[in-house]
Amino acid sequence: MSGAEVTKSNSQLIQKAMISRNYDRITSGECKVSSTFVPGNLNELLMCFDIANNLPEINAIQNAMRKKSGDMIQEAERSGHSEDVCTYVKADIGMMAKGNIAPNGKPFRDPDMLLLSYSGCFTFMKWFELLREQYKCPTVMLHVPYAADGQPTQNMRDYIVKQLKDEVIPTMEKVSGIKFDIDRLREYLRKSAIAENNLVWMLEQSKRRPSPIDCYFGGVYYMGPIFTAFRGTDEAIQYYDLLRLEIEDRIAKGLCAQTLDGDMPEEKYRLVVEGPPNWTSFREFWQMFAEAGAVVVASSYTKVGGVYDYDGFRHDPDHPLESLADYCLGVYTNRNLPTRVDMLARNLKEYDADGLLINSIKSCNSFSAGQLVMLREIEKLTGKPGAFIETDLVDPRYFSAANVKNRLESYFQMIDQKRRAGGFVTGIAAVGA
Amino acid sequence: MNPRSVHDIVAFCQELFDDLDFTRAREWKAAQPGRGVIGYMPVYVPREIIHAAGMLALGILGGGADLEVIHGDAYYQSYICRIPRSTLELAVTGRLDFVDGMMFPSTCDVIRNMSGIWKLMFKDKYVRYFDVPQNFKDEVGGVFYENELRELKEGLERISGRKITDEQLNQSIAIYNENRAWVNKVYDFRSSFPWKAPSAEVYLLMRAGMVLPPEEHTLLMQEYIAAAEAENRPMRDNCRVVLTGGFCEQPPLPLIKSLEISGCYIVDDDFMLVNRWIQGDVETTGDPLRNLSRAFLHHSGQTAAKYEPYMDVKGKYLLDIIRKRSADGVIFSAASFCDPALLDQPMMISRVEAQGIPYITLQYAENSGQMQPIREQSGTFADSIKLWSGV
Repeated sequence: MSGAEVTKSNSQLIQKAMISRNYDRITSGECKVSSTFVPGNLNELLMCFDIANNLPEINAIQNAMRKKSGDMIQEAERSGHSEDVCTYVKADIGMMAKGNIAPNGKPFRDPDMLLLSYSGCFTFMKWFELLREQYKCPTVMLHVPYAADGQPTQNMRDYIVKQLKDEVIPTMEKVSGIKFDIDRLREYLRKSAIAENNLVWMLEQSKRRPSPIDCYFGGVYYMGPIFTAFRGTDEAIQYYDLLRLEIEDRIAKGLCAQTLDGDMPEEKYRLVVEGPPNWTSFREFWQMFAEAGAVVVASSYTKVGGVYDYDGFRHDPDHPLESLADYCLGVYTNRNLPTRVDMLARNLKEYDADGLLINSIKSCNSFSAGQLVMLREIEKLTGKPGAFIETDLVDPRYFSAANVKNRLESYFQMIDQKRRAGGFVTGIAAVGA
Repeated sequence: MNPRSVHDIVAFCQELFDDLDFTRAREWKAAQPGRGVIGYMPVYVPREIIHAAGMLALGILGGGADLEVIHGDAYYQSYICRIPRSTLELAVTGRLDFVDGMMFPSTCDVIRNMSGIWKLMFKDKYVRYFDVPQNFKDEVGGVFYENELRELKEGLERISGRKITDEQLNQSIAIYNENRAWVNKVYDFRSSFPWKAPSAEVYLLMRAGMVLPPEEHTLLMQEYIAAAEAENRPMRDNCRVVLTGGFCEQPPLPLIKSLEISGCYIVDDDFMLVNRWIQGDVETTGDPLRNLSRAFLHHSGQTAAKYEPYMDVKGKYLLDIIRKRSADGVIFSAASFCDPALLDQPMMISRVEAQGIPYITLQYAENSGQMQPIREQSGTFADSIKLWSGV
């Protein structure tokens, strides 16, 4: 099955073309480029200065899906980077050592600035200190405090806004030579909110039975434009309009979720998944679910860039800098564990899922540390069974297909047994607006 | 009363170190109604505020080499460092039941997420994730940090049931200023006479400061220096090394002993940075929270958990220590799976290499048992320094 041709929807093809276009822009030499991170990224602000957005996590993902990341990681380890640390970082450093070639086959230009949006992940800080050694370009830190008590405080918000005003915006002005125009930012944020509304609509369609989409494996395609370089653009609005039409069509036809091998014939299991996917064996990993008839109806990973469906966040043109601050503060991994538990437990109930699967990632303590406690809590809260598998982001050495498949099969059997025993009731889940 | 010998002082510290039930801290709390205990994890919390609330700041640095982790492993995957699992083991086995609250500083994602685990598992306890600014401007990071300190102060006031006045806080700052000065004196003494103050002893002395009130710890350090100065101990033909990277999960005590046995005098380390994080005295007049904030922003130590805004300053603190201590080399010693230390290490190594300073790297866990490979590695390192560095 893995050798068969990949089936992609129109929206997936368009998403791919958008990502490619961004790589062409980054490598063109025709604009300034900032490297920055996905969670809580400040795309709209970068756009105010005509600065293109290069995301090293996305580069690592692209290299992993092209089976290139393994060599890159080992290259970084040979140069002194520990086996124990994040493989995104090592894939990035290994990529530089191997000529720094972008996924479009053209060499990356050195970035003009590093925007260290330090939100939700400690490793980001060290990652850009490491890149700064290589690129020796202006580096600006945006420290986003951790929302440890569940809700961001005014102090946190004020701190971020001050950093934007005193550090980030002046650096961007200097790098780009363009004066900051807050009305331009407002306009981008207005566009962001339009796309975000459709994004949330999309996420909520998996409450239906059958779910017309997969919100983990499929979800990463749907999140692409909003979490990368397109939030705030007309292209993103058009993309999410088109995605909505596509999903509405699937709903009208009563189709199950689409996979890379075509539409799932039957939906047997509905899961909520916590943690990022494995990228080196992405298709194989997805197939394990699809072949069993398992669809992911909600996932925390589709909130990694920003959370829109939990507490209703939308970018707000009337409060532009505050809104950027709230976005950064609200990303999934910047939320405390009780909030993550609540979010996932609510997903299990509202999306009428059979259980929670945690894909624990060796590289990512921001996600992984505490997941076993979360699993227990969520089982306790919902009465639904949980399961735990371990893989890695982009290091192929840590994806054991046989082990993952065994665990998944056991998990599906457990769900079957629980159903037979009447352990939980399944029904038609309500669908949001 | 006759002054205690080095042997007796170290035996006292060893007893505190071995006691995973924290009997001394329990006794301190029980001795007077209304007392409380706040546990904290590495790297840094402003203990002055805890002290001013009439509470004991109790450093929790994991369960060490001898704690059998039975429950803790069920909460953490194998690829996460050991300190959270042994700390959780301490908690779920009731060893921290007398602790009124826990503080988790912004050291890394593992310590950060522990604050959430505590919230989920120990719902009756005060839990504070303690964020420090990574922006070091008074009007930006400083304002944020002062407000964070204020929130902490108010939280401690709530659980202690007593208002913290500026005067009390300034007194506590003065007490910790003195404590820090004596910590630095011990470090200076060891660097000047490493054969008189073996690192295992200094380590135990500093660990005592994690469980004793600062006033008592200061007296203990004074007593130790006086006793160690008087003690006649042979000087060994050891090289002088700075040990760096062990600022959170602690190495097992035998590892520290092994390094010295194999020929390396440790003349500086970063084991318990909290006790000398602030460099120099914090002002004891005026607004104490502002003073603590300014001290953090402008006069605090460096470690991998802290952002360095300037690339040309990156690693300078390590080179400065090497120079100050006349060290011959560096041992980069990090806990396995320690993100901050291991991610920082290549940058630190590049600085050390650029100066032609010899170094080795090693990894440990707090329960590492086999010291022979460590002894061989550090012994070879010491030999190579002596043979080829003109020591």
